[in-house]
Amino acid sequence: MAEKVNQAWTFADVARLSDREIYGKTLVSLGTTNKNIVVLGSDLMYSNRTSDFLEKFPERAFNFGVAEQNMMGAAAGFATCGKIAFVSTFAAFASMRACEQVRTDICYPNLNVKIVATHSGLTMGSGGTTHHATEDLAIVRSFANMTVIVPADAIETEKAVRAAVEQEGPVYIRLGRAAERLVFQNGYPYDFKIGRAITLKSGKDVTLIATGLEVYESIIASDILGKKGIDVGVINMHTIKPIDQETIINVAQSSKLLVTVEEHTVIGGLGSAVCEVVSEKCPVRVLRIGIPDVYTVIGSPEELKDRYGLTGVKIAEKILNIL
Amino acid sequence: MKSDSSIVRELEKKSYEMRLKTAIMAEEYGGGCHYGGCFSIAEVLTALYFNILNIYPENPKHPERDRVVLSAGHKDAIYCVILAEKGFVPKEWLHTYNKLDSHLGMHPDMKKIPGCDMSTGSLGHGLSVAVGMALSGKLDKSDYKVFVILGDGELQEGSIWEAAMAASHYKLDNIIVFVDRNMLEFDGETEKIMALEPLKEKWQAFGWNTKEIDGHNIREILDAYESCLEKNDKPNVIIANTTKGKGVSFMENNWKWHYGGMNSEQEEKALKELEKKINEYSM
Ligand SMILES: Cc1ncc(C[n+]2csc(CCOP(=O)(O)OP(=O)(O)O)c2C)c(N)n1
Repeated sequence: MAEKVNQAWTFADVARLSDREIYGKTLVSLGTTNKNIVVLGSDLMYSNRTSDFLEKFPERAFNFGVAEQNMMGAAAGFATCGKIAFVSTFAAFASMRACEQVRTDICYPNLNVKIVATHSGLTMGSGGTTHHATEDLAIVRSFANMTVIVPADAIETEKAVRAAVEQEGPVYIRLGRAAERLVFQNGYPYDFKIGRAITLKSGKDVTLIATGLEVYESIIASDILGKKGIDVGVINMHTIKPIDQETIINVAQSSKLLVTVEEHTVIGGLGSAVCEVVSEKCPVRVLRIGIPDVYTVIGSPEELKDRYGLTGVKIAEKILNIL
Repeated sequence: MKSDSSIVRELEKKSYEMRLKTAIMAEEYGGGCHYGGCFSIAEVLTALYFNILNIYPENPKHPERDRVVLSAGHKDAIYCVILAEKGFVPKEWLHTYNKLDSHLGMHPDMKKIPGCDMSTGSLGHGLSVAVGMALSGKLDKSDYKVFVILGDGELQEGSIWEAAMAASHYKLDNIIVFVDRNMLEFDGETEKIMALEPLKEKWQAFGWNTKEIDGHNIREILDAYESCLEKNDKPNVIIANTTKGKGVSFMENNWKWHYGGMNSEQEEKALKELEKKINEYSM
C-alpha cells in the first residue's frame, strides 16, 4: 500500500530514494512553510540534492562554489540574523575542510546551523581516502553545543531533518550516498526524538548498538547469531550526541557483552561514546566494531564494508570469535 | 626545436590516444569516470609528460626531477593512463582501476603510484604543496620546476589564493601553473555559480606572470612553457582555455559529464569518435 509519509511524496517513493534524495525533498517541504530556511552549497548541490530546493526557491539558495570554509562562515552569518541555515557538502569536507568554521563560528556562538553531510563513511568507495569520511563523528562530537545524528535510512533521515529544525542550535546530520537499506520497513511508525535511542530488538546475551548504515547490518548479524542460539539485541543509536545514557546503562546491565557498530574509525565515534558512558556508570565489556586506525583502501562501498568487517556476516563472525 | 610541427602533430595524436585509453580503462571498471575534466586537460598533460618534463621513469624519485602536483586530483584517470604510457606504472594496473585494493582510483595516492609526487583529491591543496616543493628546490639550489594542474572551479577555494600570495612573495619563478579553464564545475557554469572573472587580472594582481592560451593547442602550450623560462622572479600561470569533455561530442561542454559512466551505445560512439581522430593524425 502506498501509504503517505507526508504530503510531499508517498511511501512507495521513499523506498526507492536514497537518504540524500529524501533530504532534498524534505528541505523543499520544510521550505514551503518555513520561509526562514536558507540553503547553502559548495558546488555539490546536485550531488547533495539540495538542488531541489535551489530549483524551487532560488532566492533562498546560495551556491558558494568550491569553497566550504566560506560557505560555513556564511551559514554562521545567516544564523546570527535569525535564519535557519542548512549547509551541505560531502562529510569529509564538512567536518575537516571547514572544521574551524564549524567549531568556532557555528558551535561556539551556538548558532542555528544545520549541517547535513552526505557521502559519509566509506560510501565514496573508489574516491579513496580524500573522500572517505571516517573521522567526522569523532571531530564534530567533540564540539560543545553540537548535536550529532546519523539516520539509519531514508525514513529516519526525514525525521531527523525535521527534528533538527525544531531544535535551536547546531546539528550535524550524517548521510550516506546510495539508496540505503530500509530499516523501518512498512512505514513502522515511531516517535523520533533526538537523543532517544530505538530498541529494535532486545537480547539477553549480546546487545549491538549501531548507527547509520550499520543498523541494517546489525539486524542481519543478530539474525545470524540468533540461529546459533545466541540472543542478540539491536539498538539503533541514531543520535551520537547527546548520547542516550539511560538506554546504554539498561542494556549494559541486561546483556553480557555490548558491541558497537559504526562505519567510522573506532577512535572517537559511537564506540567511544558508549565506552565513556559504561566506564563511568556501569563497567561492562564493550567490543567496538568499526574501521581500524588506518587510511582506508579503495574499492566499492560494499567491498569496503566487507574488508573492514562491517557486513552482517562479518559482524556475526567477530562476535562468535570472542564469545 | 621543440615546436617543430611534426612533434606538435605527434603530441596532438597522443592526447587523443590518452583519451581513448582513459575511456577504455574507465569503462572496463564501469563505475564512472571524471570524463569532463580528464578530457579538457588531455593536451596539457600530454605536452608535459611527452615533451616538457624532466622526469626519470626508471628512477621516479630522482631528486632533480620536475615535480607535478595534480591539484585537481579528480583528473586522475587520464593521469594514470599517462603514467602507465611513460612506464612509471605497470600497464596491467590499468585493468585494476577503481577496484578493491588497486593502486589507481578516482584520486591519486603518492604512496601507491610511482611517479606521483603528491596525493590529492580534496580541491585547493595542491598549490600550497607546490610552494613548499619550490621553496625546497631554491634552498637546495636545484633547478627542477614544479608544475601544478588546477581546475577553474577549484580556484574558488580560498587556500589557492593564500598559496598564490606566498608564491609571489617568495619569488617562486620555478612554479608553473596550468589552470584548466573549461568554464564548468560540478553544478554548472563557474561564472553563474561563483564568478572567477576577471581571472587573468586576479593572477596578475597577485604578482604572477600570466598567459592565456588555447589549452587544446599543443603549439601554444609548448610556447607558453618556453616563455616561462625567462626568469623574472615571478611565478607563472598559464590559463588554458579548454572545453570540458573535449573529444567526445556528447560530453563536450556538458556539465553533467563532470562525472559519469557511459551506456554501451555511448561507449561505442565515444570510442569511435576518438579512434577517428587518432586515425586522422595517422594519415
Ligand atoms: C574540497 C573539495 N570540495 C569538493 C570536491 C568535490 N568536487 C570534485 S571535482 C569538483 C568540481 C571541480 O571543478 P573544476 O575545478 O572546474 O574541475 P573540472 O571542471 O576541470 O573537472 C568538486 C566540487 C572536492 N573534490 N574537494
